Amino acid sequence: MSGVDKWFGELHVLQDIDLSIDRGEVVVVIGPSGSGKSTLCRTINRLESIENGEITIDGQKLPAEGKELAKLRADVGMVFQSFNLFAHKSVLENVTMGPIKVRKQSKADAEKRARELLDRVGVGAQADKVPAQLSGGQQQRVAIARALAMDPKVMLFDEPTSALDPEMINEVLEVMVGLARDGMTMVVVTHEMGFARKAANRVVFMDGGRIVESATPEEFFTNPSSDRAKDFLSKILNH
Amino acid sequence: MQFLIDNFDLFWDAFLTTLSLSLLACLVALVLGTLLAAMRVSPIAPLRGLATFYVETFRNTPLTVVFFFMIFGLPQIDFVIGFFTGAVLSVGLYTAAFVCEALRSGINSVSPGQAEAARALGLTFGQSLREVVLPQAFRTVVPPLGNVLIAMVKNTSIAAGFSVSELSSLLPRLVNASAGDLTAILVGVVVGYMIITLPSALAVHRIERRVAILR
Repeated sequence: MSGVDKWFGELHVLQDIDLSIDRGEVVVVIGPSGSGKSTLCRTINRLESIENGEITIDGQKLPAEGKELAKLRADVGMVFQSFNLFAHKSVLENVTMGPIKVRKQSKADAEKRARELLDRVGVGAQADKVPAQLSGGQQQRVAIARALAMDPKVMLFDEPTSALDPEMINEVLEVMVGLARDGMTMVVVTHEMGFARKAANRVVFMDGGRIVESATPEEFFTNPSSDRAKDFLSKILNH
Repeated sequence: MQFLIDNFDLFWDAFLTTLSLSLLACLVALVLGTLLAAMRVSPIAPLRGLATFYVETFRNTPLTVVFFFMIFGLPQIDFVIGFFTGAVLSVGLYTAAFVCEALRSGINSVSPGQAEAARALGLTFGQSLREVVLPQAFRTVVPPLGNVLIAMVKNTSIAAGFSVSELSSLLPRLVNASAGDLTAILVGVVVGYMIITLPSALAVHRIERRVAILR
């Protein structure tokens, strides 16, 4: 993405953002609340539109609303803070909906693959329940399986563990670390510094709608170059 | 009671007319109402505008005026429809506005994250509405939708004023002919309506329990 600007009314939430992410790279976006990191994540599959600048994925410019955009979104997996599993569908149906409706796979193929994915994220036994019967951590892992079922080129994680009880955070992070090891391209907005250290290739620090710093995790956590990042880290790492 | 038995054919025919009028109008109202609700939440501004215009026009016009337009207004522009068809369309088009608003309130009750997740998977706007939002919206709107449809059944009585021989039209006819049987006539008519509305209310209650959703 280059020269991206976005306003919410008067508020300039993204200011001249330039960011490029290589295939297989895991980029963790951190920063204080209201710094624009979630918005940045959501612009990548155009859940938020932008006013200026350009976003390209795999050489293709992000299309405007319509069939083309739907096609592109199919290649970009997204995991939300509040899971957003389809409440009226079973866990299995949540995972097969995309492959059946968008990829036009047969029900049998989609279900076979969905069960594999649910096993992979450790919730295979819950396939026939509805989302509300699952714990938060299980729901989020289903959401990851749902995104993976589309064989995405890149996965976006918008604060995937922020709505979880502390003891459930790890089960979700472990799945994410596994994905990163397997070479998935990932953009992760999070407050989990442990995950950033462990799995990120690069840490992007945002504040006030700008990218303040972009560095490897070692560099960022041991020797941040900007005062704003130093200040932020000193506040969160003291506890 | 004897009066009702003696005039059973009359009541039966009128009942069937009210029933078919209700069922056909219900079909028109549900189909058109769903379409209008989809338009009102669509990202395309002209569609939204058109649906809003429709809803505000029909919702704020007395049903009698709608009937008058259908049955006496349309022939003025050389478009003649029968009394019964006119009644079906009047009640159906009028009720569609209320069905639309009931559905829209249901759509608004579905958290925006559901539609976002659907779109993020690559579903088109139509698909996310069909597969994700509307099925959940329908569940929350069963009770208000039931109200709208029961009101609709009673609204079909306005057709009496426009030469449709439905249940209410029996009142002036029979009372003029046999004023002494007023109570029996009223009972006959009210029971006729209840045979339609009470099972509907019961069905609504059943459906409500059946589709209740875990959140």
